[in-house]
Amino acid sequence: MSLVIKNGSLVGHALPKAPTGIDGLDEITGGGLPRGRPTLVCGAAGCGKTLLAIEFLVRGAMEFDEPGVFMSFEETSEELAQNVASLGFDLDELERQRKLILDYVHIEPSEIEETGAYDLEGMFIRLGHSIDTIGAKRVVLDTIETLFGGFKDGAVLRAELRRLFRWLKDRGVTAIITGERGEGTLTRHGIEEYVSDCVLLLDHRVAEQLSTRRLRIVKYRGAAHGTNEYPFLIDSDGLSVLPITSMGLEHVASEERISTGIPRLDAMLGGRGPYRGSTLLISGTAGTGKTSLAANVANASCVRGEPCLYLAFEESESQLARNMRSIGLNLDTWSKQGVLRVIATRPTFQGLEAHLTAIHKQVSEFKPRVVILDPLTNFIKAGRQVEAEAMLMRLIDYLKAEQITAVFTSLTHGGSFLEQSEIGISSLIDVWMMLRDIELGGERNRAMYILKARGMAHANQIREFHLTDDGIELKNVYVGPEGVLTGSMRLAQESRERAATVTRKQEVERRRRELERKRSALEAQMAMQRAQFEAESEELALLLRQEEDASERLDLDRQGMAESRQADGPSEYVPPTSHSKGSKGERA
Amino acid sequence: MTHNPDTPEPLSNLSALGAEPDMNLWELRLYVAGRTAKSVAALENLKKICDEHLAGRYQIEVVDLLVHPQLAKGDQIVAIPTLVRKLPEPIRKVIGDLSNTDRTLVGLQLRPAKS
Repeated sequence: MSLVIKNGSLVGHALPKAPTGIDGLDEITGGGLPRGRPTLVCGAAGCGKTLLAIEFLVRGAMEFDEPGVFMSFEETSEELAQNVASLGFDLDELERQRKLILDYVHIEPSEIEETGAYDLEGMFIRLGHSIDTIGAKRVVLDTIETLFGGFKDGAVLRAELRRLFRWLKDRGVTAIITGERGEGTLTRHGIEEYVSDCVLLLDHRVAEQLSTRRLRIVKYRGAAHGTNEYPFLIDSDGLSVLPITSMGLEHVASEERISTGIPRLDAMLGGRGPYRGSTLLISGTAGTGKTSLAANVANASCVRGEPCLYLAFEESESQLARNMRSIGLNLDTWSKQGVLRVIATRPTFQGLEAHLTAIHKQVSEFKPRVVILDPLTNFIKAGRQVEAEAMLMRLIDYLKAEQITAVFTSLTHGGSFLEQSEIGISSLIDVWMMLRDIELGGERNRAMYILKARGMAHANQIREFHLTDDGIELKNVYVGPEGVLTGSMRLAQESRERAATVTRKQEVERRRRELERKRSALEAQMAMQRAQFEAESEELALLLRQEEDASERLDLDRQGMAESRQADGPSEYVPPTSHSKGSKGERA
Repeated sequence: MTHNPDTPEPLSNLSALGAEPDMNLWELRLYVAGRTAKSVAALENLKKICDEHLAGRYQIEVVDLLVHPQLAKGDQIVAIPTLVRKLPEPIRKVIGDLSNTDRTLVGLQLRPAKS
């Protein structure tokens, strides 16, 4: 294979790559290690160099049909096989299938006397023979720096190493050479100067008694690669690198709403629950029901048939299942059906990055739609504040990109400002539910409200939060002139109010009846007076008629008298009214 | 796997001794890779030293790894040329073309190391 590419003509995709098959590593290297070239993996003792190298070979042999040769200068073949057996790698079987050759090169300086000119052709012959035997495409030399301890002639050694790397390239094998980290240099004996194509640096740091493994691509000629430090993990399946990096904010926001499993809570969240893929935070003081609420969301997810990953950092799986059974949630049924996976670990079990790598691995394997982290606060204890925030942001970005709804619980300590998230992650949270106690009348009651809910009209009222045998119930709290009342005080206040209402109604009724009575009395009186008045006016009319009759008669009498006296005019006539009136009064 | 099931076939028996095991017999094996200047020099130097110090009680076999590459593993050969003292035990290794006679003698324990 001739891969002589002149400087300047290097193009990103021009370099063929050999996939390592290691979780995440192929993603950050953009496809694997440079094919047909040597890669240097360096790091301090115990950082996982050998494991990375052996996994590269094993995966190559098993997944990519590329046999490999492992030349070990440190561990015997038996030791190696034992070391990786716990990872499920059966080296003996691979050797039997002629997919792998383990060659232990033992160099004992005390047994070797140098007596003149020599070279390392023996090693070339051994390696060449192994490669030819199985048609190897991959080679690992672990740790080639051991040679520097075995041979005194440094000049010969360096010349031979240079020849070796040239030789490996000419053979066209994809090689990993491991090197011990030196003081101020990548490797103790500076072998990085011979390997110019790809250099990976592994690191194993211990901060506050928690160790974290990290991987960094120092150099990768002719390929775009991430330059960050990526945390990685060694577990029962081998190595996995956490590829989450500068994700950016490019995730698509879903319009779909999912139920929290509590109808009243969904109602509070714009009537239809939170958006899918949003990040929910449930914070509150101890014993306010955070876990119960989170478990409800998990349960709702399982009911929908969507896988849910529950990461418990405080309770074991069976304890969680037992406790949730008391509020009517049968989590273990879901576990048995495989729709729920509960992973319970102590936060201090490993470093923050290791946790995140583990979460990442679980997520990519189990493909949940809902991930619950209970509680976040414990989880944060596994790292420092700044690191915790950065890592959490990576996790949230990753989950969002995968459209996975995340539910975090967070313990706020009594006394401190409740709405302060101690880890300063509020800006990352889409829906923030606060649970708190209200202490009134000698009892403690739970209350919840929604501090924020991005992109939806949410209720701004405090709800009383009840844990019942049938699940969580949300009730309106009593808000009135007496303030916010909860629990039995709310009940008492409500019954007092009911009693007062009844009394008020009765009073109104009584008043109404009295008025009615008054009205009928008044009407009766009015009728009587009217009758009296009518009687009087009738009498008056009679009198008037009599009076008219009388005055008519008087006129007639006067005319008669005048005619009898033979008067010629009425000049001396005195109007009769005043007389008649006076006389009439006398008569009445 | 330090043990090699293949037994090296003697390429050159310089001393044909009887079958009975002699406590004084020196069994030496020289690993070379082709007929290079270094390997020719090494064999010549070895013969000279043996004739001088081990006359009549040594046996040398030369293993050419270009012909028998599988034999390199058994004696943990990395450097070429390598001389292995199989007998008397313990096994000693001397690397290089054996041009430094003093060091070769020290390496083969034919002479105590200088203080």
